[in-house]
Amino acid sequence: MSSAHVAAHAVHDPNTGTTGLDNRKMGMWAFLGSECMFFGTLIGTYLSYKGKSISGPTPHEILNIPLTSVSAFVLLMSSLLMVLALAAVQRNDMTWGKIWLFLTALLGAGFVGFQIYEFTHFVHLGLTLQTNLFGTTFFVLTGFHGAHVTGGVIWLLSLWVLALRGKLGPQDSLKVEICGLYWHFVDIVWIAIFTLVYLIP
Amino acid sequence: MATHAAFMPGEAAAAPSGLWSWITTVDHKRIGILYGTSAFIFFLVGGIEALIMRLQLAAPDNTLVGAQRFNELFTMHGTTMVFLAIMPMSAAFFNYMIPLLIGARDVAFPRLNALSYWVFLAGALLLNASFVVGAAPDGGWFGYATLTSKQFSPGQSIDFWVLGLQILGLSSLMAGFNFIVTIVNMRAPGMTLMRMPVFVWMSLVVQFLVVLAFPAITVALILLMFDRFFGTLFYAPAAGGDPLLWQHLFWIFGHPEVYILILPAMGIVSEVLPTFARKPLFGAPVVIYSGIMIGFFGFGVWSHHMFAVGMGPVADSAFSIATMLIAIPTGVKIFNWIGTLWSGSIRFTAALYFSLGFIAMFIMGGLSGVMHASPPVDLQQTDTYFVVAHLHYVLFGGSIFGLFSGAYYWWPKITGRMLDERLGTLHFWLMLIGFNVTFFPMHYLGLIGMPRRIYTYAPDLGWNFWNLVSTVGAFLIAVSFLVFIANVWKTMRAGAVASPDPWDGRTLEWAIASPPPVHNFGVIPTVHGRDELWLQKHGDGHGGTPAPRPPAPTRQDLASIHMPPPSYWPILLAASMLFMMSGALISIYQVVLGGLLTLYCMFRFALEYHRPHPQESLR
Ligand code: HEM
Ligand SMILES: [Cu+2]
Repeated sequence: MSSAHVAAHAVHDPNTGTTGLDNRKMGMWAFLGSECMFFGTLIGTYLSYKGKSISGPTPHEILNIPLTSVSAFVLLMSSLLMVLALAAVQRNDMTWGKIWLFLTALLGAGFVGFQIYEFTHFVHLGLTLQTNLFGTTFFVLTGFHGAHVTGGVIWLLSLWVLALRGKLGPQDSLKVEICGLYWHFVDIVWIAIFTLVYLIP
Repeated sequence: MATHAAFMPGEAAAAPSGLWSWITTVDHKRIGILYGTSAFIFFLVGGIEALIMRLQLAAPDNTLVGAQRFNELFTMHGTTMVFLAIMPMSAAFFNYMIPLLIGARDVAFPRLNALSYWVFLAGALLLNASFVVGAAPDGGWFGYATLTSKQFSPGQSIDFWVLGLQILGLSSLMAGFNFIVTIVNMRAPGMTLMRMPVFVWMSLVVQFLVVLAFPAITVALILLMFDRFFGTLFYAPAAGGDPLLWQHLFWIFGHPEVYILILPAMGIVSEVLPTFARKPLFGAPVVIYSGIMIGFFGFGVWSHHMFAVGMGPVADSAFSIATMLIAIPTGVKIFNWIGTLWSGSIRFTAALYFSLGFIAMFIMGGLSGVMHASPPVDLQQTDTYFVVAHLHYVLFGGSIFGLFSGAYYWWPKITGRMLDERLGTLHFWLMLIGFNVTFFPMHYLGLIGMPRRIYTYAPDLGWNFWNLVSTVGAFLIAVSFLVFIANVWKTMRAGAVASPDPWDGRTLEWAIASPPPVHNFGVIPTVHGRDELWLQKHGDGHGGTPAPRPPAPTRQDLASIHMPPPSYWPILLAASMLFMMSGALISIYQVVLGGLLTLYCMFRFALEYHRPHPQESLR
């Protein structure tokens, strides 16, 4: 594609607007702004109930920081792979595009796997949604984050399937980019949750 | 994929008709009409609920309805008016007018726009279905926990409320994203942010409020849902839970919400006054900045709804000062509106009357607001009819008067027919008088101690007379809306046909036919100032030459217009979401099945136009 062609294409692209940004990308940013408030409210609720449980188990009795550090690392690495996936799609290297997309999803699924293990383990230790305020706020906060990761994994796998069927190319890189925005966001939220819930005593 | 049919040329797009074409429409104008019609119907439903309440309160020891039914009535009345009447009426104007005002052919995401409407309708139907199964919500429009906890509201009524509001919030959020992008990114060439009509500006502020405030109630409702369905302890004081958590989360949403309700009306008034005073809006940039300030401060005053819970002197003072401060930008706007009228050549139309009514009534509502911004005063007034008077002066006297000003103003553009001005003026005076007869005495009733939300009262408290007066006023308001309906009925059958520019308007929507063609603008206009059409017609009023008019569209222009084709995925997606959410009231299997259906529809929706361009799919 010559650069002149690209320019002409950009002018006619119905998705590019007054600001020169793509509508869909701007819509994603608006959505992420809203999501900040969503997680901000959940985290705020968690923090305001911190230490208010009138019975155990308490966070430091039960949270397994080394294990969760591994899963946090897995999620962070998936963000790196997401960057590689986007770069591959943009340069029309769909072989690697497919590989990176799939691996990103795989690491995301790995994170969810860790979380499922963690949750069942906690239930065995006697911490459920109904046990105390810690259980209530912990499971709902991290559970909603996990649900977001799961949604992202489904999204990534859909892109991957499109790529397998030859329906994803550099001209669709914006769709990959938008998925990437979401994915990085979910990742950043986890850094916040990991710090506030696990690391700070 | 049959890529060619994906976009149809504008010429062939003579508005299709029939039920199917409305169900599958993605045209912002039709979606606007759908919003407006639904909202008006729910407005009538909420109005009937109010009339029943007023009948019950007309006399002491009345037995028309019992306590339980009365609780249901005020809960559903409040919820309906806020979420099913005022918000969607505003949405009707956002939808219909914003693309026209910014010189665009549609919103940024037309199918998402249709989805917002159908999801709104789904939530509205679910909420009102509670009446059918005899479990209408009864916890008040702000649904305070712990009253709404399973322990104190064991039936399904609160579940209906929670699920309904959750769905409605989703709809507002989707519309919020859509309109932020539309306003920021779809403006015609030359329309800088400061040249945007003030209505568009106020709408933009509203969308930011929606996007940032709705998550708070979404979370609050999720927590309540988890408490009710899964036995979590968020709102359980016995387990150490904070009984104020709900109140904080609700009002962090709730106060921005009141600006979500009033700013569209303020925007409408800011369009109507200049048109009928034949003068530019006085200090328009200041009106815009004040709107932004109001939106910004709106996030910092929520606890003025909670002075009575005992937050302590520091918090009380902080929220009291912030609340009083927010009255400043509000007052600034009022001076700007009055300044616009000052020495204008005023034409008294129904639209202008409603705007004037807005200013007068809103001032009164603002004044009572500043009164209970002071905690010691509020302790006297909170939970009395004084607050009921305040909120109706701002919401009815403010929002509803403003929205009806917009309805009279833009009616010719939307329908192509003129409303009868005499009936319109009659509607205004009846409504203004009825409104004040109904709500002014409530100030007094509140101050002499009548609590809100009581279903009856003893005869010897001195409340009888003014309650009766208030009920009479309510019926006067009802009559005024009958006049409006008669006006619509009469003029839709045999009204004068509207010209493109019946009011000698100032903004772009009046440059095109009434009603506008499907594609709005044959040629996208280039904009030179805030009152673009006025500049084209009359110049800037200081002897400057008029702005150039855009050329008439050629056949080629028209043939090159691409409008998005209809789609049935929005309504199917909304229906499957409704099926899933209502499953929470019926059976887990329905939730799972509905979830799968929703996922399927989401995929179809997302992939409907994956690669619409033929040259791209050939690669
Ligand atoms: C000058 C600006 C305003 C001030 C200072 C103000 C102040 C207040 C205060 C302090 C309360 C709490 C009263 C109580 O419950 O004891 C209140 C209630 C309320 N205000 Fe305002 N207000 C203002 C404008 C508005 C506007 C513009 C709206 C909506 C369009 C609005 C809607 C409401 C509603 C709905 C309530 C009652 C909520 C409820 O308890 O159900 N207010 N206002
Ligand atoms: Cu407030």
